[in-house]
Amino acid sequence: MLIMRGTIRFPEFTANVDVSAPLSGIVGLFGPSGHGKTTLLRLASGLERGTDCYVEHDGEIWQDDRNGIFVQPHKRRIGFVFQDSRLFPHLSAGGNLDYAAKRANPGRADPTRGQIVDMLDLAPLLHRRVEELSGGEAQRVAIGRALVSRPRLLLMDEPLSSLDIRRKMEILPYIERVREEMDIPVLYVTHSLDELSRLADHVLLIRNGGVAAEGSVPEVMQRMDLGPMLGRFEAGVILEGPVLAQDADFSMTDLAIGKQVLRMPNIDAEPGTMVRIRVRARDVSIAVEEPVGLSIRNALRARISDIVLEDGAFAEILLDLDGFGLRARVTRESVALLKLEAGMNVYALIKSSAIDRRLIPGGGKRRI
Amino acid sequence: MSPGDLSAILLTLKLAGATSVILVLIGTPLAWWLSHTRSRLRWIIEPAVALPLVLPPTVLGFYLLILLGPAGAIGGAWVQLTGETLAFSFSGLLIASVIYSLPFAVQPLQTAFQSVGTRHMEAAATLGASPLDAFMTVASPIAIRGYITAAVLTFAHTVGEFGVVLMVGGNIPEKTRVISIAIFEHVETLSYTEAHRLSIGLLIFSFLVLMAVTILHRRAPVRAG
Repeated sequence: MLIMRGTIRFPEFTANVDVSAPLSGIVGLFGPSGHGKTTLLRLASGLERGTDCYVEHDGEIWQDDRNGIFVQPHKRRIGFVFQDSRLFPHLSAGGNLDYAAKRANPGRADPTRGQIVDMLDLAPLLHRRVEELSGGEAQRVAIGRALVSRPRLLLMDEPLSSLDIRRKMEILPYIERVREEMDIPVLYVTHSLDELSRLADHVLLIRNGGVAAEGSVPEVMQRMDLGPMLGRFEAGVILEGPVLAQDADFSMTDLAIGKQVLRMPNIDAEPGTMVRIRVRARDVSIAVEEPVGLSIRNALRARISDIVLEDGAFAEILLDLDGFGLRARVTRESVALLKLEAGMNVYALIKSSAIDRRLIPGGGKRRI
Repeated sequence: MSPGDLSAILLTLKLAGATSVILVLIGTPLAWWLSHTRSRLRWIIEPAVALPLVLPPTVLGFYLLILLGPAGAIGGAWVQLTGETLAFSFSGLLIASVIYSLPFAVQPLQTAFQSVGTRHMEAAATLGASPLDAFMTVASPIAIRGYITAAVLTFAHTVGEFGVVLMVGGNIPEKTRVISIAIFEHVETLSYTEAHRLSIGLLIFSFLVLMAVTILHRRAPVRAG
């Protein structure tokens, strides 16, 4: 476990930090900007001191202000991937890796520089000067540099946020490889649901420096009470299920969600591959009877588990779809006219074209 | 050229070279501190460093003369230690030059360190580099332009000083008579040809130095960022 407690002063507010993060796989620190996610990483790395703080990593105390303990950042054996790559401009890309290799953790034998170069396909970049790298390439080198130092813990601070969508898509598979091939726990700060749903094994939802909710990605996304936090536009859930079949004629893919079938525009994955998709609340409608003659092909049986009426025109409805949570955003008027209430069996209409294709993880990585 | 002028030139080069080396050594930690500290002490130290820019050289020279003289705090101690006086000696001249040229070393370094910022130092720390290691292997190479500018400006400024040298060093051939003093003496004795020879040399030298600094700032890779 990584345990952090203490007080951090921000320009606008003071936050009491109390975070315990598991140290396995990729742990996503998720939440809106300005809620102290980056500061948590800086506290973990020792780049930020805070006030009266306590930081413990895997049983080892890194900071304990009450007892005057503070382990300097360079002695913590952590890797840090910054939002801006922070590659050293006076060295080549390869020189940056060498810099890390020279000071690498002597307590571990691997990964070696060569392994990292292979894993992240860095060989063609090594001789280049830092300013000749594209944003995506620079970030890849920065990830490689952090790994070459053989850290016990890798901290990644929104490593993709300065990149455009295409560059992000280029790098995501590499971060997935880090997860698959390296035995290094990762704390990954992001405010992007895309990255979170694709990468994280465990999520801590960060609000005011503290953990508002935690759990697996689908679990956290289903929490109705977190809706306003995630933002209206982003409100939705993550569904996870295996690919059942591909329909080549119409380029459609069948996914098993619970006991039902969700038909999606073509997902490039073998049958049996687990995929995650994100369904936004605003793309889910509700019918009280099985609909006919609709262009929406997905009408899944679900039970209403909760209805939250908002002040304005809208209401959020939490549905139970064979054990999966699903959120629907409808008008209050519809709730009244259809006499919707908790416990009712309804049909959830999911517009398949609305599902953002970027959210679909690359095939073959998560087999059942 | 007379042997006197030649020795004045050699003495000037020796003084300027030694001043540059000492000032880069002293100026580096001072500039680093000024560019990173949040201590209120900087509101005193920073203007104190800049003082020689605005103070008449005679004022500075006057106080240095008192301080370095056999009755002064430093000069007295020096006499006890070495048996020689600081005032009107090369060592005294060197101390005066170091103080007089301090801002010319500190300010370019401070600017360079400020533009390096803390970003790369933090990255180095997370890669296992101690603060000193990170300073030597990351901040200094990135700030290399600041070092060159500091050394060149210090050198040139020391070559061009007059007032402080006259006050502290006087005009002793082969000990404290530098080029600018030699020119002054040539003019005093109406030896205009000799004065011309040295003056035009200094003029060309100064111009070339400033040109080199300008080109350096335009051409050298901008590395901060």
